[in-house]
Amino acid sequence: MRRTDLDQVIAIDATVTGHEKRPYWQRVYRRYGVPSAGEVRHFLVAVRARTVVGFLIGEVRDWEFGSPPCGWVFAIDVAPEARQCGTGTLLLAASVAAFRRAGVRKLRTMLSRDNIVILSFFRSQGMMAGPLIPLEMDLAPPAGATPAAAR
Amino acid sequence: MRLQVNTMLALYSVIEFAADPQRHIPAVVIAQKYGVSPHHLAKVLAELAHAGIVESVRGVGGGYRFVGNARRLTLMDVIALFEDFGAASRPRREGAAQTTVDQALDVVLHEIDENARATFSSITLATMLQLVARQQRSKAD
Repeated sequence: MRRTDLDQVIAIDATVTGHEKRPYWQRVYRRYGVPSAGEVRHFLVAVRARTVVGFLIGEVRDWEFGSPPCGWVFAIDVAPEARQCGTGTLLLAASVAAFRRAGVRKLRTMLSRDNIVILSFFRSQGMMAGPLIPLEMDLAPPAGATPAAAR
Repeated sequence: MRLQVNTMLALYSVIEFAADPQRHIPAVVIAQKYGVSPHHLAKVLAELAHAGIVESVRGVGGGYRFVGNARRLTLMDVIALFEDFGAASRPRREGAAQTTVDQALDVVLHEIDENARATFSSITLATMLQLVARQQRSKAD
């Protein structure tokens, strides 16, 4: 991943999700696209004919709720026109190789159960439901907060 | 969460057929393998044929074969042919008004159903065949 690839990553994400999130992706690049001592993080891109057609971001997470270090993939996508060509499989294989080199022996991810395309992709790679259960709750805004202040 | 007998028979059958799509498998072979009556299985296979997942071939060497797309067809697609998944997670108490306890239980059961639906919807026949192969390898080791 190079800084010059970021615009194409943002464009793929905007195409897939319908929302351009440039400030978010700039923060992600600063955190995952630049090597950081002592951290195992990677921001991979798949390039075909000088065009970025997919990306994957992962990191090693240590001892979350007592869980031993494991590889986490928290973003992956492939441009719609470049799907069904093994791009996602190549990205995940490269990520897995990096995690193996880092010494972890478990790969995890989390995504919306409505995201059947990506869910099916991870299933096709051999991933199964893990022992973690995602939980969430609605949070009321602070008393007296206006919608603008809440943002 | 428990699938109905016909749904299970459909899943067994589709997995058998998809494992070797070129081969015509007589219904009786599957009926014997899974210990069900051929008559019962015939109704299930007719439904699968109607849905375009298998096709029947008559005559000597006949049977059924898989004609679906194993990389697209999911377990949920097959299940949905035979039952309204999650429609009746909790048996209704006849003539009784719904209490807040009923409603709270429905929230929990709905959560379970939604997770099960996502699981079934994300596993294609191709992925299922990989799982079967993995089970066979671990059994052989």
